[in-house]
Amino acid sequence: MMWISRRKAGRASAAARVAVAAATVAILAAACSSGAPGSEDSADGDSSAAAGGGGDVSITFLPKNLGNPYFDTSSKGGKAAVEEIGGEFKEVGPTEATPDAQVSFINTLTQQKVSAIVLSANDPSALCSSLDEAKAAGIKVVTFDSDVDAECRDLFVNQATAEGIAKAQVDLISEQIGDAGEIAVLSATANATNQNAWIDMMKTDLAANHPNITLVDVVYGDDDDQTSFDKTAALLQSHPDLKGIVSPTTVGIAAAARYLQTSDFKGKVKLTGLGTPNDMRDYVKDGTVDAFALWNPEDLGYLSAFAANALVDGTITGKEGDTFTAGKLGEYTVGPDATVLLGEPYVFNADNIDDFDF
Amino acid sequence: MSVGQLLRRRETSILIAIIVLVVVATSKNNGFTFSNDGFRDLMLAPALLVLLAVGQSIVIITRNVDLSVSSVLGIVAFATGKWFIGVPDIPIIVVILLGVLFGALLGAINGLLVTIVSVPSLVITLGTLYIIRGITVTWAGSERINASEMPKPFLALGTAKVGPVPLLALIALAVVVVAAVYMGFARGGRELYAIGSEPEAARLCGLPVARRTFFAFVLSGTLAGLAGVLFAARYATVASNAGTGLELQAVAAAVIGGVAIFGGSGTVAGAALGAVLLATIDRALPILGIPDFWQQAVVGALIIGAIVLDRVLAQRNARRLTSTSVRDHVQPPPALTVGGAR
Repeated sequence: MMWISRRKAGRASAAARVAVAAATVAILAAACSSGAPGSEDSADGDSSAAAGGGGDVSITFLPKNLGNPYFDTSSKGGKAAVEEIGGEFKEVGPTEATPDAQVSFINTLTQQKVSAIVLSANDPSALCSSLDEAKAAGIKVVTFDSDVDAECRDLFVNQATAEGIAKAQVDLISEQIGDAGEIAVLSATANATNQNAWIDMMKTDLAANHPNITLVDVVYGDDDDQTSFDKTAALLQSHPDLKGIVSPTTVGIAAAARYLQTSDFKGKVKLTGLGTPNDMRDYVKDGTVDAFALWNPEDLGYLSAFAANALVDGTITGKEGDTFTAGKLGEYTVGPDATVLLGEPYVFNADNIDDFDF
Repeated sequence: MSVGQLLRRRETSILIAIIVLVVVATSKNNGFTFSNDGFRDLMLAPALLVLLAVGQSIVIITRNVDLSVSSVLGIVAFATGKWFIGVPDIPIIVVILLGVLFGALLGAINGLLVTIVSVPSLVITLGTLYIIRGITVTWAGSERINASEMPKPFLALGTAKVGPVPLLALIALAVVVVAAVYMGFARGGRELYAIGSEPEAARLCGLPVARRTFFAFVLSGTLAGLAGVLFAARYATVASNAGTGLELQAVAAAVIGGVAIFGGSGTVAGAALGAVLLATIDRALPILGIPDFWQQAVVGALIIGAIVLDRVLAQRNARRLTSTSVRDHVQPPPALTVGGAR
């Protein structure tokens, strides 16, 4: 999903941009928001510590890379869930989020015969043969955050659907501006598929459920801080009656917040969209932004661990309609293509933003 | 300088273009100039580009080009954030100085490569443009420096004002004035023009061509470094792609401002005004209702227009020079003309 992952490769060249655009369609790199180096090994002890004996459930998380605040958060949720289940939690992973870096970890885990691997894949197909071997050895494979080809895993835990993302943003902005007035959208690039899909759904939702809100403009900040910043300034200038801005991109919302923070429109023009708590913390605390959305990686990890456990103990098989209970999150049903949906996007505001660090 | 000469100067025509643009945009929406934000942005928006354009114009005047400025800006901006994170109580002024020095160092590398290896600067700085950006991308990865990681007083610099004028605009203005005086009156500045007009002749005259060219690159890097620190202060978020594409905007500003792309003529003031014009166009076009997608085309048309204008003026000038000299020195005897008509 490119609204969030463009950061990863930067814009060193036009060629790189094209490559990044292509690559990011496939890879959800929401996760890759840190470059801090991690260790090769688990935070919870030696990865060679064999598990699986004695009937105990051992669930191992394999994020795209270690030292990444996003995955630190999801693993935190996973660990909590495994402790509730009474199993053994481990986390292993590469330091760099390269496509083949996870292969050796999967092979090692297969030899160790863990009960389940919960992974966020760096590549949709490069991991398939090693995952197949893991499955052949009786290990359950659950993907979260970033999926692999459907036949290579038992279950995918999806963080959000396009409909859910669009609706959450419309709900936030309509609530913040009192369900009436002009709003605008600050998007990423004009040809970003997911952005355009969300914007279309938002338009439909606005027309159907919020007749007093007018979407007056859609501008494109190209997921560049400076461009998004300048576009925000232009929006505020050219639409003096603007009540709110929706920016469904982490880059756009942070840049727009920075402009608003130092402008006369601070607090008067509402801003919401998709952002990360670390980027938005300052702006939420000083009142520039009331609330914004994204999924909660902690819940995502928590649900993934419960789903893995349900596969291991046979509560579910990955068939559509299977149901299982995920601790405090309640009951979940497996959807088509062996997918479980986390739910509505999570809303971050001044009350809860300090609970998150990613 | 007569009024006519003053009017013919490129700086004057750009200034007029800027004023027209501001007046038109303001008549359409008076917030463009007469709101707090509008008035501030009018001066704040061009500040960083002005810094780059001044450095760029000095390099272009020596018949070189420095394409690496955007990458220098990017890496310095990221380094600024990293310094604040790595050394929590680091004084702001130290970070600014470090950033400027870092930029100067990168400029010196460019200068050394250009003068010692004597490969065209277009190639060298195209190389360093990618190399420095590559280093930034590797260093930063997907990490972003965000507002909460830099001290508030530093971020406040981005929009701080002295009286009604933003601090960043004052810094840019000071740089323009110092550079303009140096280029216009100092020996070193005049030598840069001489080098750009005819490098071979400059060498034969005994001018320190390599040293002066090296200095121009160091200056360009220094200003890009300063712009990098200020970028971090103004935008408060820095990722590995910070500043991408600004190198061509800096060249465009210089060209529009009347700096000849083959060196030897033009002024830093012109380049600075070119930068102001570009930034003002960016801000004005949305207000005039011109769609996003056309804005770049307008900038392109402006660049071509400026170059065609240069060419036409240069040719007319050359014609006038030749024709006056013919008239002055070779006066044909009238009788011969009459006789020749038969």
